Order: sequence, then structure tokens, then C-alpha cells
Amino acid sequence: MVERPSHLSAEPAGGLRLSRFSSFGTFGTRAALIDRPTHPVAAFFNHPLTLRILSALVLFLAWEWAGRLPISPAFPTFGETMVGLWSMIADFSLIRAFGITLQPLAIGLVISTLIGVAIGVAMGLNDKAEWLASPIFIIAQAAPLAALIPLIVFAYGIGLTAKTLVVCIMAMPVIVLNSFAAVRHTPLSLVEMGRSFLASRRQVILRIILPAASPVIFAGLRLGCAAGFIGAILAELLITPTGIGDLITYHRSIAEYPKMYAAILSIIVFSVLFIEVIERVEVTVFRPEKRARR
Amino acid sequence: MTSRPNAALAAAPRAHAEPVVEVRGVSKTYPGDVWALDNISVDFPRGQLTSLLGPSGCGKTTLLKIIAGLLPATSGDVLVNGRPVSGPGPERAFVFQDFALMPWATVMRNVAFGLELRGVASAERERVARHYIDQVGLGGFEEKYPHELSGGMRQRVGLARALSVKADVLLMDEPFSAVDEQTRRKFQEDLLLLIGREKKTFIFVTHSIEEAVYVSDRIVLLSPRPGRISQVIEPDISREGDPDAIRRHPVYLDTVDAIWRGLKQYLD
Amino acid sequence: MVIHGYRIPMMASLILWAILWEIVGQLEVTILLPPLSRVAVRIVEIVPTPTFLSALWITGYAFVVGNLIAILVGVPLGILMGRSVIADRIFLPWVNLFLSAPLTALVPVIMVLFGLGQTTIILTVVLFAIWIIVLDSRAGVRAISPSLVEMAMSFGASRWQAFSHIYVWAALPEILAGVRLGLIRAVKGVIIGQLLVSIVGFGALFKLYGSRFLMEHFWAALLVLFAFAFVLAEALAWLERRVDYYAASRA
Repeated sequence: MVERPSHLSAEPAGGLRLSRFSSFGTFGTRAALIDRPTHPVAAFFNHPLTLRILSALVLFLAWEWAGRLPISPAFPTFGETMVGLWSMIADFSLIRAFGITLQPLAIGLVISTLIGVAIGVAMGLNDKAEWLASPIFIIAQAAPLAALIPLIVFAYGIGLTAKTLVVCIMAMPVIVLNSFAAVRHTPLSLVEMGRSFLASRRQVILRIILPAASPVIFAGLRLGCAAGFIGAILAELLITPTGIGDLITYHRSIAEYPKMYAAILSIIVFSVLFIEVIERVEVTVFRPEKRARR
Repeated sequence: MTSRPNAALAAAPRAHAEPVVEVRGVSKTYPGDVWALDNISVDFPRGQLTSLLGPSGCGKTTLLKIIAGLLPATSGDVLVNGRPVSGPGPERAFVFQDFALMPWATVMRNVAFGLELRGVASAERERVARHYIDQVGLGGFEEKYPHELSGGMRQRVGLARALSVKADVLLMDEPFSAVDEQTRRKFQEDLLLLIGREKKTFIFVTHSIEEAVYVSDRIVLLSPRPGRISQVIEPDISREGDPDAIRRHPVYLDTVDAIWRGLKQYLD
Repeated sequence: MVIHGYRIPMMASLILWAILWEIVGQLEVTILLPPLSRVAVRIVEIVPTPTFLSALWITGYAFVVGNLIAILVGVPLGILMGRSVIADRIFLPWVNLFLSAPLTALVPVIMVLFGLGQTTIILTVVLFAIWIIVLDSRAGVRAISPSLVEMAMSFGASRWQAFSHIYVWAALPEILAGVRLGLIRAVKGVIIGQLLVSIVGFGALFKLYGSRFLMEHFWAALLVLFAFAFVLAEALAWLERRVDYYAASRA
């Protein structure tokens, strides 16, 4: 007798709340939970990928229609934006721009991950580390760190270092705090179980605490990534336009709005895909049972 | 055949093996002045199943964890095989009330976990684990994850894990309280079979009187706040033959009744 | 943290960091870090000035208006998504997308469409805050235990009675959590908006101080801003805790 797996739809990536979504019979969703053989066409339409593609199509059509309305000369249609996108791909300006933007982003994210997870885990395992570091990071998480960007420019100029630093300060607080919370919330009985079977402290940390903490750590990494992207773009828009920021500002200045929108669209799509990749890595390498749950 | 409830505190086992676990004057106070245990002294004879029975707040899980070495006693000693212990050891294995399974590991890995921690080679680990997985009736489920199993099956994984390390003493903390009634009855019957096969010592915490009388050779009754030993009972019930017949055995029924009347006074 | 049996509160480590800052500042290690004492003096100095107060007013105005819009639009949308499977299927992928997408990239679009003024900044605030509000409101509605629903119906409550007496309270902890997280994101949003637009509010202030290398003033304004953000976050967390006493036992 196997319990029916809980119907976990998309968890909010923001915040640490992971509510269990219970069935809501009087509003008609209970029917969805009863196993019934579904008609293949219905199954096709209910497939999450189909729905995403469909709703994306709807959005693009709406965009196309809205662009034709005389709202503003600065609002191109979907079609025009796609043409602009294609031309930027074709003349390699998009690829080159990504190459430049991704440098501070990648370096910054790697540094933030390594240092951030280390600090967070240390805080979780050690009371003194927590006492010392947690007020700093709690304030950092609530504070608009973007305000520090002008300061970083004064200190480090306008080059790669400054931009990498911007990515780091945006990404680290949430990574640290998530890792800390993850370690702290390791179920006590699992740790006790490890001790009862004579695990050394090191074994408990490596084989129980870290795997148990990995979902929340990865959630933190995804959030950190999103913040890092914001940092990279802000750095380019505020410090010196290079890469994608340059594409955006340049095309805006010459009123080539389709290309400006296309550049923005490309970076948004890229960041979403990147975050999706992180989730895949988590599922494959660290928590294979989640694959079974999907 | 009548049971002889002993008014005496310390165990004076009749015709018994020497004790494998001895508890001497153990007291436990939690921070915040919660007095959980008061001067407990009791022996656990080798090869028998002894239950710790009592209402909530009587400290039975606390005592079990002190014996397991997971909690330090505020005062007193625990001796295992004649030697004092202050932490967990290879001769004791624990079965947890909430199963304590690693959700990211398969049944096989969970069961083999104790051996993995000791550095046993992987082929050997798997062999032993597979044997006990079959013993508890989970053959074929080795590659499943805990979330794919029912509560009863998860507890069997916990049991197989504890058996795999081949400890002398098996400590079970209300192992059947998290499953439904029918599964629980089945487990109790399976436990009797297991005891017959494995020849280990079992220390079993429960709050169910029927369960304690059904499976135990010896029942230690604890009274609450702070926990003290109120009685030690040795139900004289033959466990050969039909497992269902035990529940109709007059000694079983009398013992359950006597314990219930004794414990009633501690209910809120 | 406990030393020799004495509990030391968490915030006390800030005192340690403050002392460290003062030392580093006095040693003049870098022009970027003036001693904390001089920054503190500047805080007292600049807070009452009209420049600062008008920056605060402009920022506060955009912040409040933006958040009101985000709440008034976001909470009903989230409730709708929680109750209607169709609405959920349409909107959820987008809400999740925008939650983690770098919304900063959209600010130039807003600037182009709505100009370089308060409207842009208010819209930036809405953009930053609304998604988590929607998501948590939805979660709150979906977390309403079916037993509560059945209880309401069995006692003959009308739909409005059920909604106002039970559902709102049952969903409230999650909704408040969403509003809190939204408000924190909104603080970042208002600052990022102002930095990019850079001719109003704190954005202009930072540009002013920066271009003249008035580091002490810069840090003073920054600290006031950070303190405000932190106090806001803590006040909301306190409010949430007051409501949360029943959150855990709702099932």
C-alpha cells in the first residue's frame, strides 16, 4: 500500500515558505487528483509544456496586437522585436555582447557560491560564526545593496573587477542566509540517527546535514543567480555600458527600439534558462529522488 | 499461571540470563528545570524483550536515549556488557519513532547506512543489507525511495537498518506508533517471529498496554513527572502457537487489566 | 551565542563590527571608509536638511504608492489563481518566471515608455513587489484546510460569510508573508529605479555625493536608507508573528 504522492505544483522560488498545497474539493480541483484514464487529446492539452507554449503564444500575439496600437512610438510589435533579435544574432553582436556580460556574471556567481555556501554552512554549524555574521547578512538581505554600486565604482573603477564585485554583493546575502537556514533546519532525528550509528562529526556533516540541506541551498543559489543577473545588468547600465547593457543603451539612444527590446528579452530568457539549468543540476547530482517525484 | 507483579524496584529476574544492560541510579534534568527521570535503576536481561511502558511525560523515551548514548544522564551510570558507556556504541542499535530515513537515498542505501559509516566494503554492505531487507519483507523494494513507501514499509527499513549492524541490543522507540492499527498488529506478530529468529536483546518503548503485554518478556512501568519505576511485571504467557491466541489468553487479559488500573491515576 | 553561561544577543555582534569600522576609519586605510563616528555626525547633520528630506519624501511616496498598487492588484490575483484552476494555469508560469527574472532589465523599457519621472519609479516598485505577493496569496488560499471549508458549509455559512469570517483569516499568514517579502523587494526596486533614472530621490543624492567624493555624506545617507529598510523588515516580521500564532495549527 503506497501513499499517493502529494500534488506539489510549482513552489515559489522566492522566500523560504514551502507550503503544501492540499486539495480543495469544493472548488472542483479534487477531480483532478483522482486517477482516471485521460483522453490523449486532453492529456496533450494538460501537459505543462503545451500550456507554457500556448500561453507564450497568447502573450506574443497580444504583444503584436498591442504594438500596433498607437500608444507610443517606443513600443514595437512582437514581430519587429523578433526581426531585431534575428539581425543581432546574425551579425554576432548579440553573442559578443553576451560574452562580455557573462564574464563578471560567471566569475561573480562562482565566487559567491563558493564563499557564500561556505559561510552559510559555517554559520549553521557553529554558534560563534552565526553570532558574528548573521546580523550583517540579515541587514544585507533587507537592504537595497544596489545603492553601493556608486561606491564600488569609486573604489574599483569601471572594469571587470568592479562589475564582478557588484554581482558578488548582490548574490551573496541570499546564498549565505539560505545555506545557513538549510543547515539549521536539518531534521534532528536524522542527525541523531547518524550519531546512533556511530557517525563521526565529519560524516554527519558530509553525509547527512549537507544532503538534507541541499534543496534549500540550491533554492538559495537560484535566488542568488537571479540577484547576480540583476547585479550584472545594473553594473552595465550604471557603470559603463558594455555587453548587453551597451546594446540596450545604444539602441535606446538611437531610437532603435526593436533591437533594444530584443536585447532585453534575450537576457531575460537567458537568465531563466540558466536558473532552470541549476535546478536540473540539483536534481541530477544531489537529489535523485526529486526526479522520481516529478 | 498468574503473573507476579513485583513491588520491588530493582530487577530480581527469576531464572534469567545475566543482564546485558544495567542502569544504575540514572537521573535526568533538562535545562529549564524539567525533571525527567529520578534515580532509575533497572536491569535488562540478555536475550529478552523488555518494555518501558508509561503515560506521556514519564521519561521512557528519555531513558531509552540515555541507554542508547544519545542523551547524557545528569547522574548515574549505564553499563553495557559490564562496561560503563557514555555515548553510542556498536553493540546498541536504535529504531526511531519517525523512521529517520534519508529521503535522498534508496532503501538499499538507507539500510546499509550503518555499515557504510563503519567503512564496510560496498559489496559486503549490499549483501548484508539485502539479507535483512528480505527478512523484513521488503524484497524487491531495494531501489525505491522513502517517499514511495507507506509508513509501515518505512519503519521496516528502519528496522532492517538496525538489524544490519548486528548489534547485541536493539532499542526501539515507539516503533509502531506512526502506523495504522492493522499494520501495527501485523508488526507486533512479525516482531515475535523476529525475536524468535534473531536472539538479540530488545528494549522497547511503548505507550500501548496491549502492545507491551503482547510482545514483552518483561514490562517496566514508569510513572510520570518525574519518571520513576513503579512496577516490574513479567507476564507468564506462552508465545508458542497461534499469535492471535495470545490476545485471548487469560494471563494476557488479566495483566492488561491490572496495568490499566494502575496507570489510570496518572491520566490528566 | 553563549559565553561562560551568559547569553549574548545576536545584535551585539554589530557593536563589534561598528568598533572595527571605527578603527579602520581612524587608521585611514582607504578614502572610501571614513570613521563611523564622523559618519554618525553627518547623519545628524544631513537628516534635517531640505535636500535629504525631499529625497526621503520622493522615495517614500513612490514606495508607498507602488506597494499599494502591488497589494491591491497582487492579492486579488493571487486569490483568483488559488481558487480557479484555469486562472492558475494561465498565470502561474508567468508569475514564476518574473519572480526570478532580472527585472532590472525591464526598467529601461519602462523609462522609454513612461519617461524619467515618478511614474517609472512607481512602476519599478510594482514590478519588483507584485510577483511574490501574488504567489504567497495564492499559497495562502490553497493552504486553507478543506475541513474548514466543510465546517463552514455544514454550519450554513453564506459564501460571503465564509469568505470574510474564515477564509481571509485562514489565508492571512501567507498573504502577510508575501506582503512582507514584497515590501523588502520594493525597497530594492525603488532604489534601483532611482539609480537608473538618477535625477530624483536617493538616486540623485548618491550621484551628488559620489561625484563630489563626499564619502561621509554618502555613507550617512546609505546608513539611513539601510536602517530604514531593516526596521521595515523587522516591523513586518513582528506583525507577521502576531498573526502567526495560529498559523501552525491551521491544518
